[in-house]
This record gives sequence, C-alpha cells and structure tokens, in this order.
Amino acid sequence: MSLDKDQVQHIAMLARLRLADEEFAETVDKLSRIVDFVDQLSRVSTDDVVPMAHPLDASQRLRPDEVTESNDRDHVQENAPLVQDGLYLVPKVIE
Amino acid sequence: MDAELHQLTLTQLAAGLGRREFSAVDLTRALLERIERHDAALNAFVTVTGDEALAAAKRADDARAAGEAGVLNGLPIVHKDIFCTRGIRTTCGSRMLEDFVSPYDATVVERLARAGAVVLGKTNMDEFAMGSSNETSYFGPVRNPWDLERSPGGSSGGSAAAVAARLAPAATGTDTGGSIRQPAAMTGTVGLKPTYGRVSRYGMIAFASSLDQAGVIARSTEDAALLLGAMAGFDPRDSTCIEHPVPDYVAALAAPLEGLKVGIVRQHFDQGLDAGCATAVREALAVLEACGATLTEVDLPNLDLSVPTYYVVAPAECSSNLSRFDGVRFGHRAADPGDLTELYCRSRGEGFGAEVKRRIMTGTYVLSAGYYDAYYLKAQKVRQLIADDFRRAFADVDVIAGPTSPTPAFRLGDKTDDPITMYLNDIYTIGANLAGLPAISAPCGFVDGLPVGLHLVGPHFGEEAILRCAHHYERATEWHATCPDAYR
Repeated sequence: MSLDKDQVQHIAMLARLRLADEEFAETVDKLSRIVDFVDQLSRVSTDDVVPMAHPLDASQRLRPDEVTESNDRDHVQENAPLVQDGLYLVPKVIE
Repeated sequence: MDAELHQLTLTQLAAGLGRREFSAVDLTRALLERIERHDAALNAFVTVTGDEALAAAKRADDARAAGEAGVLNGLPIVHKDIFCTRGIRTTCGSRMLEDFVSPYDATVVERLARAGAVVLGKTNMDEFAMGSSNETSYFGPVRNPWDLERSPGGSSGGSAAAVAARLAPAATGTDTGGSIRQPAAMTGTVGLKPTYGRVSRYGMIAFASSLDQAGVIARSTEDAALLLGAMAGFDPRDSTCIEHPVPDYVAALAAPLEGLKVGIVRQHFDQGLDAGCATAVREALAVLEACGATLTEVDLPNLDLSVPTYYVVAPAECSSNLSRFDGVRFGHRAADPGDLTELYCRSRGEGFGAEVKRRIMTGTYVLSAGYYDAYYLKAQKVRQLIADDFRRAFADVDVIAGPTSPTPAFRLGDKTDDPITMYLNDIYTIGANLAGLPAISAPCGFVDGLPVGLHLVGPHFGEEAILRCAHHYERATEWHATCPDAYR
C-alpha cells in the first residue's frame, strides 16, 4: 500500500469528505492502486520540458470590467438548502 | 411514413418537416411514446420533459408556418444531464444535485433552442461525468440497447443509448477523456468531440476544465456536422472559448478524400486491443484507402503515458471544481450538522458517490503540499510530450486513425472492482483531450453482435477533415444505419 490509513484520513479531511467506516478500507486500497499507477510518470525524463499551460497555447482572455448581470438573489437562492432574509444559514461559527 | 419517424436522421427529419409530411408535434409525440415504451429497460433518461417538448414543438410548427424556421426547427434532441437547463432539474448523475434546478441555460442549450431544436429530456450519465461505463450514476446504470446485460460506455452513456435505441435522433454529450467517443463506439453511433475551446463550456457542469469539451452523439456524420455548426462559436461567458470562425461543416463533407493523408498509429495495434476490433478497424482503413485516402504509419511514442497523465491532471482539476459543493448554497445538505466542518464533510460525504470521492481525493493528494511538483507539475510536462507527439504526427498527416476503444461493450459489473482496469479503457481517446484535439468515433463493424468504433483525430480546428473522412467511410458502408433488433 503506497498510502496508509492516516494519510487517507488526512486527504479526506483536506477534501472535506467524511467516509463511512465501510468505505474507508476500500478507499485506502483503491487510492493506493491509483497512486501506484500514476507513479510511473516519475520514471519519464522531462528535463527542459515546459509544463503545458493551455492545450492550444492560448493566453487568458481579459474583458472590460463592466456590470453585465443583474441581482437575481431570490431566484438563485431557491436552490439553497437553508436561507433566511436573503442570507445562507450555517451552524454557528462564533461563540 | 409515421411508423418510421424514429428511424430517420436529423437531416431526413428536417427534409420531412420542410415538406410538411409531418409536424414537429407529431414527431415529438412519436418519440415521447417510444421513450415511454423503452426507457424503463434502458434507463437512458434521468428526466423526460414531455410537456416542455410538446410546447416547443408547437412553437416550432408555428414558426415554420410563419416562415421563420431556424436551422434545427422542430428537430428533437436530448441533452446530457450535465448541461444546465433553466427551470428543469440538472442532476449531473449525482445525489448532490438530485433536486438542483439551474437558474440559467448553458450556452449549448440556449443555442440549440434558438435554432429551433425540441428537447425531449435529460440523459443519464456517470456521476459528474467520472466513469467509462455509466455505473457510477446515482440513478443507476444505463443499459446498452445491443445487449441489456452490457454497459453502453460512459460517461455520456444515456445519450448514446437513447440515440442507438432510436429514442432520439441525436444528443449532446461531453468528453473529458473519451466520454462521447467511447459510448458512441459501444452503441454503434457517431460521437464527435470538437477542439478544446470550439464549443462554449458555460453552463456545462465542470469536471476537468482544461480537458472538458461539449460535443454530439448522432446516427450520421452529417447530423453531427449539422449540430456542431449550431453549437460552436465564440461565447464571451466562457473565458476558454476560442474566437475562431465557424465553417459550414455540412458543406465541407462532400469534398473528395483524394490526397487526404491518414496516419495509422503503430502503438494502437500493440497488446491490449481485442482481435475482432483490430480486424474491424483494419478493414475500415482499407475502405478509407479505397475512397481515395493515402495511408501511412505514424508514431505516438508516449501513448502509454496518456492514462497516468490524465489520472493526475483530471482529478486535480476535479478536486478544485467540485469544492463548490459545500452544502450551503445549493446541492445536498446533511441533516443536523454539529458545526460548519461537519456540515461540509457530511454533505459532501453523503452527496458524492464512491468514484467521485476517489477522484476528489486523488486530486487533493497530487495538489497537496510536498507532492505538487512530483505529480501535478510532472504530469503537465508529460502532457506536453504527448501533445508534441501529435504535433510531429500532424506535420506528416491530415488525420490520425485507429480504434476508439480496446474492446466492444463489456458486461455491467465486469470492471467495477479495479479502477485501473476501468481507466485503461480510455487509452486511445485520452490523448485527444490532453492535446485539445478534435476527434470522432464512427461505427465500423461488429464483434459478436456488438458495435466497434473507428477513431479519427484531427489537428486543432480540423473538424472538417475528420468529419469528411468519417462521412466518406459512412457512404461506403452500412454500419451506421444498423439498428438493434429490439428497436426497429
């Protein structure tokens, strides 16, 4: 196993994912296999190769900083699990 | 004629509508009835939009009567459920978005609607387009119309199955590593992934932003060309969409193949390719030669590295893109979280399926402190080597040809134990995504009653060459018109 349980626990926390106990062992196994598989890249010589930034070598386009959208808050918040007075509600973060 | 409407291509349907042989409402009704009859077994649809489709068909008939018919007026299509549709839920195959109703339309949806297309529904897919078999969908696997025990491929498997079963003449799809072309190959349909930046990604739920591209699944090359023309073009709302004129793709099909140089990749016929598929593809290459193309061999020496490169780059981008699903603003939210961290962790843990979680975690790992250079930066360098291979090959040839997939459709459940086995299924298609190239899969025969795909890759913005090549092949063969017995 290229990854151990503690590493997988750490990655899951970084990714903000809670894994159920029964999926945890499987995740350690399958993630390890994926990491072993992609590790073959380390054997490739890439000295002097410029990492790809864009498949067509295009640069990021800029646009004028103009207001183009109107405030559609109520419509957008129809998808929110919990809102009040136009605000998203989450558990208390400051005591 | 009515009994056979479902067998007609978009081009044939457009002609029939134009001659008033049937109305868009008649056509829409006929296909909605077929969906009703067949989809319980296929599971190709997540949402069928019957009322909206009939209303759109009525508008199309009215527009035609008023002499205002658009290029796709009254033509039925289906959208992969990754494209946001205003007022109709967009699930992306995930529990996370089970009840999500987009406040806006994707550019692709908007453009096809403006051209007069009638949307019959939203098709099933691997969750967040992460899969090659449609088995990662929260809404259950799609079944292959050629054999219901088999996968239609993925991730655009619902679109491919719907088109193959004649439930719709054409569909949209998206392709990050082969997600249009592989299901097209496995269902005997035509699948086109355009050049990166050719079609707007606005409103297309992001998986890996440097690889994702919208395209089409259809039953003829001409239909694929017709739809691409309506979808393609610059969109200021997608900062990676490229300003490049949109040619008349349909008009470009007719030019003869004489003088077209087709490169055959030596590495494609190495180990791993099913013998029956190899034979079908070799016969297809002989047909292209008979049509006037010149065959020559080319090398893609880094082909084997494309899958591991992809499985660093794509998960890295996925882990970033999917961080937006936080259980706060939209999407699934866990019940009664104790604190904010628990709200995030449980909402995401419950909302995402196993494969999506694995890819997010793979991406999180390769981008994490201490590993970025070894994995992500390294992969972007190898990606450059792979793109260089294509650049060198396209200095000598116009089109690169080979198999789309190493095997025909596999049985559901056959590849779910080992992620690597599943990933290797995309060995021939991933390179085009890494290099941003256009590619098409065209039906080129059968192995034990299961369809095989011919894969044609072009240089950047070389859609016309691959479409023309596939079109001439199609005119010389009957594979694209072969229908599974149960769906005649």
